[in-house]
Amino acid sequence: MSVHRPTPHDSARLHVTGAARYVDDIPTPAGCLHLAFGQSTIAHGTITAMDLTAVRASEGVIAVLTANDLPHANDVSPSIHDEPLLATGTVHYVGQPLFAVVATSHTAARKAARLAEVTYDTKPAILTIEEAMAANSRFEEGPRVYTRGDASGAIDASAHVIDGVIDMGGQEHFYLEGQAALALPQDDGDMVVHSSTQHPSEIQHKVADALGLPMHGVKVEVRRMGGGFGGKESQGNALAVACAVAASLTGKPCKMRYDRDDDMVITGKRHDFRISYRAGFDHAGRVQGIEFVHYTRCGWAQDLSLPVADRAMLHADNAYFFENIRIESHRLRTNTQSATAFRGFGGPQGIVGVERVMDQIAHHLGLDPLEVRKVNYYAEMESADGGLSAPRAAAPLPPESILTKKKQVTPYGQEVTDFVLHGLTADLAARCDYEARRVAVAEWNAGSPVLKRGMAITPVKFGISFTLSHLNQAGALVHVYQDGSVALNHGGTEMGQGLYQKVAQVASGVFGIGLEQVRLTATDTSKVPNTSATAASSGSDLNGMAVLAACEALRARMADHLAAVRQGEPADVVFEGGLVRVGADEMTFCAAAKECYEGRVSLSATGFYKTPDISWDRIKGNGRPFYYFAYGAACSEVVIDTLTGEYKVLRTDILHDAGRSLNPALDIGQIEGGFVQGAGWLTTEELVWDDKGRLRTHAPSTYKIPAASDRPKVFNVALFEGDNPEATIHRSKAVGEPPFCLGISVLMALSDAVAACGAAYPALDAPATPERVLKAVMRVRGDA
Amino acid sequence: MSPAINFELRRRTFIAGTAVAAVTVGMSRKAAAQTAAPVGAESTTVFLTVNGEGRELTVDNRTTLLDALREHLQLTGTKKGCDHGQCGACTCTVNGTRVNSCLSLAVMHDGDEVETIEGIGAPDAMDPMQTAFVENDGFQCGYCTPGQIQSARAVLDEIRAGIPSHVTDDLTAEITITDAEIRERMSGNICRCGAYANILAAITQVAEDQA
Ligand code: FES
Ligand code: FES
Repeated sequence: MSVHRPTPHDSARLHVTGAARYVDDIPTPAGCLHLAFGQSTIAHGTITAMDLTAVRASEGVIAVLTANDLPHANDVSPSIHDEPLLATGTVHYVGQPLFAVVATSHTAARKAARLAEVTYDTKPAILTIEEAMAANSRFEEGPRVYTRGDASGAIDASAHVIDGVIDMGGQEHFYLEGQAALALPQDDGDMVVHSSTQHPSEIQHKVADALGLPMHGVKVEVRRMGGGFGGKESQGNALAVACAVAASLTGKPCKMRYDRDDDMVITGKRHDFRISYRAGFDHAGRVQGIEFVHYTRCGWAQDLSLPVADRAMLHADNAYFFENIRIESHRLRTNTQSATAFRGFGGPQGIVGVERVMDQIAHHLGLDPLEVRKVNYYAEMESADGGLSAPRAAAPLPPESILTKKKQVTPYGQEVTDFVLHGLTADLAARCDYEARRVAVAEWNAGSPVLKRGMAITPVKFGISFTLSHLNQAGALVHVYQDGSVALNHGGTEMGQGLYQKVAQVASGVFGIGLEQVRLTATDTSKVPNTSATAASSGSDLNGMAVLAACEALRARMADHLAAVRQGEPADVVFEGGLVRVGADEMTFCAAAKECYEGRVSLSATGFYKTPDISWDRIKGNGRPFYYFAYGAACSEVVIDTLTGEYKVLRTDILHDAGRSLNPALDIGQIEGGFVQGAGWLTTEELVWDDKGRLRTHAPSTYKIPAASDRPKVFNVALFEGDNPEATIHRSKAVGEPPFCLGISVLMALSDAVAACGAAYPALDAPATPERVLKAVMRVRGDA
Repeated sequence: MSPAINFELRRRTFIAGTAVAAVTVGMSRKAAAQTAAPVGAESTTVFLTVNGEGRELTVDNRTTLLDALREHLQLTGTKKGCDHGQCGACTCTVNGTRVNSCLSLAVMHDGDEVETIEGIGAPDAMDPMQTAFVENDGFQCGYCTPGQIQSARAVLDEIRAGIPSHVTDDLTAEITITDAEIRERMSGNICRCGAYANILAAITQVAEDQA
């Protein structure tokens, strides 16, 4: 059985030989047409005239579609129908699709799209947080507020008080494969769509509405994506719908892929946040009361911004128990791209807010930031059924006052029953020799006027489940063929996280057969219906369980039949090592499948799973939104050049909790990749809009994505051993998003290095580009 | 193991259609004398040797080598990440040297030898670098992988050929294959999934096996 083993990715051999197909690689039938959008050039205004004569006359153009040409719904929003595919009079951001060109080639379509003459009645654009607050331009009627205790009173009564503000930028997904879709018209008006999407069912839904078809008239297929990171949860809708409408109108296959610059200009990104805070604490740094105000730029349409901002609030506590806390969240509507899902879904932003507070408290008191973090940790709890099974380092006891005073409940009412960070942090600190190295760094800094080092450990506690509870469901379809080969299908999509492989491992475990006997077929809405997006790190939790249910149903049917024929007990039938044993009889799984087929046993089953024990009232901010928490911690050391602000990450050590890992190789890959992406978000990846609302960083030439040379010089990643106390698939834990937050250790290490330059607190914003680091150094030295 | 490249012989200026260029690389080939033939004002017929096979194609003069491979020759293993020479997904080898095929026009390559990921190995007959990427999980989504593998092979060749990089300390000594050298030379290939640690491990493994 291959569960918990580090087997390579299912498509490994295809990937390394270029044989793995993505949407743009699918051979297109003859006569395939290509689409491109004409885009708004202003951030806000009404279209007074749109002259498309030159576009239509351009070489190779077959058709040009505007909002008026759409036969049915003009809507690609994943939430409240506020996002038309093509603009209807008003434009809301630079890059908004106004019309679609259908032409004989990609280049012809793009060339023609530039020839439109559009005149606008320009209106003032709301671009910044200040402008949006001043204009009260927001989603929802007012700010959301979650609160417990009396934060303000507790702060005022505290011995020490700090306040401050941190700005953190957004982030471009830069999935290496850009957005793409291919629509193929079928008999009787039906449509088949290949889309690079994390959410096939939503594409199906949106395409069906756009074509005026029931959902059964549309089939969406996704074999794999070249990266998604949340950017393909809703942002693929426009391409798929445009292609489907064009295919339906022309009767020809239609394909669309965004050129990279268009992709960056048109699609939404991670939400940028400003978080202001005030905290009161005692001499040990123990927080008595804390207040956060989150301001987030959601862009022009609602998309998934509400649950993103909610999740930021739900992670405002990160790993810390706050008795008195108030979190206020403003979801601001601005004339920019509609910000969307991105790995962590608001969680990382909330966590950066509280990690900044911990860092500043430590600076204020002159304490080691790790000590401040530890005194505020939730208490370590034993779970009811006897605790975590794996041996682990003895955890230091949490501070007295926390243990005895309060039940360890999050600000939103969920009890924290699986907290492992005391032991995990101690283990990490020992592995990376934290204390001795901190001393060494301080000594080194004392003798180094120009270069300064800094070091920080930051923890993460990340809630796993969709906060919209009904999304926490999954289906699977499993066939055993008469030759013993097994085909699986489930609702999850593969974007590099190794979901297909993990799920195949689950199936091979149930039937006791090798992975080569199991084949995962492309995610397909006609095989498994009503799927949730592969998001919220939930892919293997949900789909693994659904596949497990289907496989177990099939195995039970096979066991019943094989036992009945031999007058044995079904419970005694063993599936192992490619063999099936019934009493004294032994046969290959292949022979067993054949025998069951001949015995007229149904060898196809569906499986279904819904996450138990979750409930959530997002308005009150109360419930048990998460099935469990995933934990981790990272220690990073950096060196900065105080003359230029440039820096290097010298070393990072990570210890991360993946429960009982389904596949350690894939999980470690996710952790490293998550860290690199998280560190990129907070250091080099800077999005810049000009005062006209134009995104000026719309290619990797101006938007700096971490390269091989940016990765820490020394990089140690280990899995924290231990089962998930919740009954997840083979006691594993989700691993897609939580490690992203480990990148925060780099930001805090930079802050530590800057703090070595003078007495003031660095108050380093993110991304901490060399310019920002240099400014912070000057501030701390008092020369700014 | 691929032999070290003799850059003296193979380096060439990209003068499309000169007889010199064609002869330098295509000695034994019948088409060696062929030159790029303009077809009207905007198109040209070029002859390329792609993965050892002669291919003649007529392309718009503005067609990149990448589009020629993907759209005209259906060799979709070479990926398009940015189309601007900034991500490395389109890396392939021309006359033994790695290039960003999105930054090069097909008509500049008349008579050239192009090797794509498909020419390096197949799923059932992988090149050592491909095997190492599988063994070390040197990818996640796989989209950057063909380009990474092309670059990885070239990086080892370049180091062996004595071509210094930004991080080479001693320009007169033989260059040693270090982590820093490999990382510096691989920094033109973005992996958004962040599989760098494993990519590095794969390259190191091949370098050691070949040492
Ligand atoms: S596609 Fe050529 S470098 Fe990105
Ligand atoms: S594996 Fe996804 S970009 Fe490298």
